[in-house]
Amino acid sequence: MSSEVARHLLFQSHMATKTAHMSPQVFDNDEKQKKENTRSLAMSGHVGFESLPDQLVNRSIQQGFCFNILCVGETGIGKSTLIDTLFNTNFEDHESSHFYPHVRLKAQTYELQESNVRLKLTIVNTVGFGDQINKEESYQPIVDYIDAQFEAYLQEELKIKRSLFNYHDSRIHVCLYFISPTGHSLKTLDLLTMKSLDSKVNIIPVIAKADAISKTELQKFKIKIMSELVSNGVQIYQFPTDDETIAKINASMNGHLPFAVVGSMDEVKVGNKMVKARQYPWGIVQVENENHCDFVKLREMLICTNMEDLRDETHTRHYELYRRRKLEEMGLTDMGPENKPLSLQETYEAKRHEFYGERQRKEEEMKQLFVQRVKEKEAVLKEAERELQAKFEHLKRVHQEEKLRLEEKRRLLEEEIIAFSKKKATSEIYQNQPFMTPGGNVRKDKDRKNSSFM
Amino acid sequence: MDPLRQSPSPSSSRASSPRTLPCEMLGYVGIEAVLDQLKIKAMKMGFEFNIMVVGQSGLGKSTMVNTLFKSKMCKSTMPGLGVPTPQTLQLQSVTHVIEESGVKLKLTVTDTPGFGDQINNDKCWDPILGYISEQYEKYLQEEILITRQRHIPDTRVHCCVYFVPPTGHCLRPLDIEFLQRLCRTVNVVPVIARADSLTIEEREAFRHRIQENLKTHGIEVYPQKCFDEDINDKILNSKIRERIPFAVVGADREHIVNGRCVLGRKTKWGIIEVENMAHCEFPLLRDLLIRSHLQDLKDITHNVHYENYRIFRLNESHVLPRGPGWVNLAPAPASVPAPAGPQASPGPPKVCWWAKDNSDEEC
Repeated sequence: MSSEVARHLLFQSHMATKTAHMSPQVFDNDEKQKKENTRSLAMSGHVGFESLPDQLVNRSIQQGFCFNILCVGETGIGKSTLIDTLFNTNFEDHESSHFYPHVRLKAQTYELQESNVRLKLTIVNTVGFGDQINKEESYQPIVDYIDAQFEAYLQEELKIKRSLFNYHDSRIHVCLYFISPTGHSLKTLDLLTMKSLDSKVNIIPVIAKADAISKTELQKFKIKIMSELVSNGVQIYQFPTDDETIAKINASMNGHLPFAVVGSMDEVKVGNKMVKARQYPWGIVQVENENHCDFVKLREMLICTNMEDLRDETHTRHYELYRRRKLEEMGLTDMGPENKPLSLQETYEAKRHEFYGERQRKEEEMKQLFVQRVKEKEAVLKEAERELQAKFEHLKRVHQEEKLRLEEKRRLLEEEIIAFSKKKATSEIYQNQPFMTPGGNVRKDKDRKNSSFM
Repeated sequence: MDPLRQSPSPSSSRASSPRTLPCEMLGYVGIEAVLDQLKIKAMKMGFEFNIMVVGQSGLGKSTMVNTLFKSKMCKSTMPGLGVPTPQTLQLQSVTHVIEESGVKLKLTVTDTPGFGDQINNDKCWDPILGYISEQYEKYLQEEILITRQRHIPDTRVHCCVYFVPPTGHCLRPLDIEFLQRLCRTVNVVPVIARADSLTIEEREAFRHRIQENLKTHGIEVYPQKCFDEDINDKILNSKIRERIPFAVVGADREHIVNGRCVLGRKTKWGIIEVENMAHCEFPLLRDLLIRSHLQDLKDITHNVHYENYRIFRLNESHVLPRGPGWVNLAPAPASVPAPAGPQASPGPPKVCWWAKDNSDEEC
């Protein structure tokens, strides 16, 4: 609660400094405005537009806020616990397995409400990071995910009928990179991952499970990490120091990076209060004790002081960079060939014509190919038909020949039969003649006998 | 006062909110500090507001602007001082930066001397519509650049105050024609000018008749009914809608009344106090424009009118930007050229009214 009071006091002192510094500021503004051709006017009474920031805030309250955090770190390093502790609630609970073959990203959205502020919080966790034996492909899914969110926003922005004001912004506003508390230096995987992410997202490195390091080791570890980051050219997020109110505190926090954090949702009795802590046989590590770890600093910086700046940076720097690269990839430029400024519209149109021409040509090609194929197929079919016809003819002929031959044979056979029966008839007559003169009965009997034989 | 609440179009279903789980927080986290962060950021950046006043000469437009912002924004023309009424409609813009309690406001007032002053006032709204479209065009050009500025300067007209002469009868044909065209591209707030020439009863009758006229001709003035977000907005805006158009009196001189120093007009029969609700409705107008709905005006301009313009521009694929016919601010010697853009034609509206019509309209 004291932080709440402190914050309100901070804001009021900010207002006081603003009005106190009005005269030198007005002078500067005059200079600036002379360049802009606008004049500064003194008013003779109270107009009432000092309520403008309140109007803006009211509108934002109605719309709600959106904040997306990406947690990158090895399995079991304490990402989910830290998020739970940061937002003082129990999000989903199960531990992930160590045996995933690839790194996947799992996003979950929660709606939080504090007094009248509604926050849509999206936590994206890397599942299986650092678990594989071959870690070469580990960071690519993360980069792809971030790019995919930018792409989705870009697509929405480029649409003709768009609705940006109620678009659920899924772009990652901050990446919490969890460094394991070895006490020595950054791992190669860490360096590689951070290097590939630093131009796409605001990175805040944190040392996880900081209760495993002693204070002196911690100091050396932090210095080592920061020097490694600097020497490898990794750009981490620097808390902004351009606004007087928060400049001092931000600058001092910049010196404490990376934050050594401990996360815990378990409550332990210390003194006569219940605090969030981790209990060991040798002592109790209190999460919200600034002497024990930097958790409070992280929460201050991440949520209370710089949430808006993180979102702003994401939108005006990282997203714009992505957009510029993407549009240039598509071949669109701001300057035409004669160095006259082209509009996106014109280049887009030119590209569209080109594309249509290309498509037309391809269509023609395909048509011709199709026609040719049809012709070929037809030829083949004709050939087959002809063959079949020839075969048929041949068979018919063979058949005919067979038939003729068979006819011939039959005729011959019939002739033979006739000849044979003739011969039989004549031989019977010859047989009956010698038996006619002696006894007629005997002959008759013999005839009868012979005829029964015949 | 969040504008544009309507069912999401099917194309945006992909981007609509994913499944969210409501969560209970067990203690104070500090999320509401983001409001302070917003305020600080807004105060650092400053605000911008562009207002346009339209009406015949002599209705007190410049005086009204001066009264609204309590400073000498525009030079109010006094009769008989030899300033000739311009022969053609010219648009003049002045920009001032005013500051109050640390809040910086960059205010641009566009005046339209010569509106409706000619014998033949046909198409006298074209330069105004052209100017409004030109501002949208400028913003669009900035927005579609590859390398964009961090903060695109916003010169789009957020509000157009239309001054209706106090005839006491009803809206004139010129008023109706102009309002019909204008309400589709910009937020219009009609006011009854020089209301000190009407008695209270005449005022009410006049107001009533104007409201009927507006309804008959389908003119939706600000605050538009279709953009009421929730029940609170509805109630608040209905109250305002009952009183539109406000009967206002402008004055930039101060007089002593009952020991107090007030802005007012001194006549032989009394002093008309500008900020007295019993005398005129100037406070309502001031509250609407500045104290309560300024952000809302900007939001509707950005989310509705500008988007409509953008859809329209991106759908016509062959018109070059900066084509001939856009009106420049400097006064043209010849008569005002009719813009080649499609804003010129009356008849079927080229710009789809967001709430009513979701289909594309080809030009």
